[in-house]
Amino acid sequence: MRFNYRIMNVLPPLKFSSSLGSTTETMSGKPTSLNRSPLPLRPDEGAPGVLGRIGNTPLYEFRQVTPKNDRVKIFAKLEWYNPAGSVKDRPAYRMIAHGEQTGALKPGKIILDASSGNTGIAYAMIGACRGYQVRLCIPKNVCIERKQMLAAYGAEVIYTDPRKSSDGAIVEAQRLMRENPDLYFYPDQYNNDQNWTAHFETTGPEIIRQTGGQVTHFIAGLGTTGSLMGTGRRLKKELKHIKVIAMQPDSPFHGLEGLKHMESAIVPGIYDANFPDDQVSVRTEDAHEMVRRLAREEGMLVGISSGAVMKAALNHSERIETGNIVVIFPDGGDRYLSESFWKA
Amino acid sequence: MSVEIQIPVALARYTGNQESLKLSGASVEEAIRNLTSQFPSLKNHLLDKKGEIRPFVNIYVNDQDIRHGKQMKTALKSGDVVTIVPSIAGGNK
Repeated sequence: MRFNYRIMNVLPPLKFSSSLGSTTETMSGKPTSLNRSPLPLRPDEGAPGVLGRIGNTPLYEFRQVTPKNDRVKIFAKLEWYNPAGSVKDRPAYRMIAHGEQTGALKPGKIILDASSGNTGIAYAMIGACRGYQVRLCIPKNVCIERKQMLAAYGAEVIYTDPRKSSDGAIVEAQRLMRENPDLYFYPDQYNNDQNWTAHFETTGPEIIRQTGGQVTHFIAGLGTTGSLMGTGRRLKKELKHIKVIAMQPDSPFHGLEGLKHMESAIVPGIYDANFPDDQVSVRTEDAHEMVRRLAREEGMLVGISSGAVMKAALNHSERIETGNIVVIFPDGGDRYLSESFWKA
Repeated sequence: MSVEIQIPVALARYTGNQESLKLSGASVEEAIRNLTSQFPSLKNHLLDKKGEIRPFVNIYVNDQDIRHGKQMKTALKSGDVVTIVPSIAGGNK
């Protein structure tokens, strides 16, 4: 028997229709850009494919690394359970969905933004799902794991002067946008209200539900400030007793990836310095020590900013008599394994 | 022997806003020692209590990471460029 290649070649390409949305994918894996609905603003309202898995992360109660005062409990939102492995999936998704809904983001446009890594990885993942090219301005000194992840998702990266950190990347993204405004969709995560709104609509309600409203203190690190502003605003709206605490690096020169020392940095437009009830700072080496401790005592491999916020939570636990502290763990430790601090 | 040291923007406030300096030094260790002698307020940002480079501070000699070579004992020759950067990105003007 001979195969009839002619007949096989005229068969139409296989198509799969998602049960959760209207996106149509071909066998090449590249979604078609035409004739599809915009993404819903919340991933749990029918976002297609892996995008529907953004949010609803676990809330973990610590068993080993705990306050000395047993009337204070610490809980962490484990944000590496998001599809691209960090808390940034939430705002990146919403900014892109909002762009689709308003028409600012259309097929053929390139998603452009500055990032110190995690938001860029989230854009790259979402861009891959939706068929958008993604162009990112990233400081050259981000760790190798992030560069590898961006390459794996197929994003284009423009490396900026490492001595200028993420602010150098912001300035470069702004320059590219000015040069070619029609070419790009520029979410501008530092100044986009959809960033903090993502947390107002998802992270905040999740914490209230997962704690039964018993959370008393919320601590988050300041980077774009979206997590703190959005989650904090939701908690304050729903819970009269809540205290919101902002954590930032202790000095302008630090190793807390993604976090900003506000006094010396470009302050994001979405940040209101009068919003937090309290401000605390953490030294990089203390965050490193906490990362190692969480790995070796709690069996939890966390990122550096997670170590920093845990350090802040334990410090704060000594200042209160009773309470339930919730912190955001932005990402896991697997994207920092090339760092030298693990050897200590 | 004169080498150029490039300072991260975050630390320029401690060097009179100079982001590039000419210093002498036969090794990275000597150049950093001369740098912190000239600008003492830099010391706590770059070195730990034992006088060693803090874990998140990366030093490059002509784009080569000294951690992959002789580290602080890396020899310098006239005209070398020593660049100091945090190992990961935060955000500074």
